[in-house]
Amino acid sequence: MAHAARPSILPGFGLTLGYTLTYVSLLVVIPITALVLRTANLSWSEFWGIVTTARVVASYELSFGTALVAALINAVFGTLIAWVLVRYRFPGRTLVDALVDLPFALPTAVAGIALVTLYDHQGWIGRILPFSVVYKPAGIVIALTFIGLPFVVRSVQPVVESLSTRSGAEIEEAAHCLGASRGAILWRIILPELWPAIAAGFTLAFARGVGEYGSVVFIAGNMPMKTEIAPLLIITKLEEYDYPAATAIAVVMLAFSFVALLCVNAVQRFLERRLRHA
Amino acid sequence: MHSPVADTPRHLTEPAWIRWGLITVACGFLIVFLLLPLTFVLVQAFRQGLHAYLQSFSDPDATSAIRLTIIATVIALALNTVFGICAAWCIAKFSFRGKNVLITLIDLPFAVSPVVAGLVFVLLFGAGGWFGSYLRDHNVHIIFALPGIVLATTFVTLPFVARELIPMMQAQGTDEEEAARVLGASAWQMFSRVTIFNIGWSLLYGIILCSARALGEFGAVSVVSGHINGKTCTLPLHIEYLYDNYQLSAAFACASLLCLLALVTLVAKTLVGRRLRLSMEVADDVPGLVPTAVP
Repeated sequence: MAHAARPSILPGFGLTLGYTLTYVSLLVVIPITALVLRTANLSWSEFWGIVTTARVVASYELSFGTALVAALINAVFGTLIAWVLVRYRFPGRTLVDALVDLPFALPTAVAGIALVTLYDHQGWIGRILPFSVVYKPAGIVIALTFIGLPFVVRSVQPVVESLSTRSGAEIEEAAHCLGASRGAILWRIILPELWPAIAAGFTLAFARGVGEYGSVVFIAGNMPMKTEIAPLLIITKLEEYDYPAATAIAVVMLAFSFVALLCVNAVQRFLERRLRHA
Repeated sequence: MHSPVADTPRHLTEPAWIRWGLITVACGFLIVFLLLPLTFVLVQAFRQGLHAYLQSFSDPDATSAIRLTIIATVIALALNTVFGICAAWCIAKFSFRGKNVLITLIDLPFAVSPVVAGLVFVLLFGAGGWFGSYLRDHNVHIIFALPGIVLATTFVTLPFVARELIPMMQAQGTDEEEAARVLGASAWQMFSRVTIFNIGWSLLYGIILCSARALGEFGAVSVVSGHINGKTCTLPLHIEYLYDNYQLSAAFACASLLCLLALVTLVAKTLVGRRLRLSMEVADDVPGLVPTAVP
């Protein structure tokens, strides 16, 4: 890693930094601050009253709960997929690797109408399933699993790759020579190396799932208290011109996003440092 | 760091039945969760024949939605590309205090719910917002009009280009640009002949990701657009409108258009990603900086 010497001969520092700061201030800092200041119009008890209404609490529980389940599913299968893609060779591997990014590339509304029609009682999958998932929390979990999968795969994949380099393989070789079974190597040597990356991917998928709107609204059913996610409740409040409620619900979600982002950044910095040492 | 597996000795991998078992589980999961929805959209779109398919696009509301989506995407893309290059330049090539705070702020749009992203602009420019009465007096329309849609799209796609460029430029260091300057290149010559050449592939990678997201943004745009058919509906919103009005085949026809774009994105992403890995390995053998961790 090269670092610029302090008195750099490279041009453009003032200009680019000034432009960057202005742009970020106008588009991110000022709008987000406006949102937070907007809740300052409310007294603490008013704010607390809004965010603890039964309907709001139900929407938080639903959003966080379904996002958690989906992120857990993705943590398991995403890690498995990352492992398979790096360590095994099979026909069509490159194609499968490219397919993993589909949820990033496919607009959420398209995913939404595809999933709801697919899992509908007449759809390809809904017809086979013995129970209905559409307009139920299970449907939301399906949509969020779709959305979150690439986060885990793409976080874990580079770490598995770095374990598969010559120096990484030496550790496995040593463990094997010392008599460890393959299972013990996977469980006690490889998995501990993967945990931080799995955690980062899990948090990204979880954070994305909590805020997700487009792919969920179609399959959720949007019944208050039952299948109404928090982002949808914000839109409902906004359409009723209930700005204080919309703002209060949004600030709680914003605080959560911020914490999630800080966690991910910390883990990623940790990972980068360790990968560089490896 | 590549293809370590082809020559993996047998004692360092799993027995064949476990290997193939895991491959089957992984591929099965991907087929059910990703491939099936994709194929389903394409099949549904053509279910009533090619004629009905093409008919869906001759609807003036659909053409206006396509036009609006393209306009918003082009503006957001242009703004965020210039921003991304500027941000990456000052962050990667210079050291200053508060750099990590700045990077976190750039990342913030990734973490914020799209609905919250739309809401902040309604609170600023909407009827009851900070600038609401001023804008109404001067007859400027931002919310429920094109500027609001552009703002929301730009906000949501802000980090993509910068996020790709920063690690790339950091890994490359400052030697080549310094050499160019010492040899008497002007700032523009240095940028156009050294920097752009070095960051080309990751810039393209960022642009691909940014445009894919901009074309498909739904939540943020949904909040600021007002859903006026033929006027402020982007293509994803038009799909929602068609779906809600039981025009399923038209909805899937429009959806298939976005699906095709997504497929093009995936192919371009894979090709560019491969070039990027190659150029990175040549430039600097820093593992872990391959830009795949963050979308």
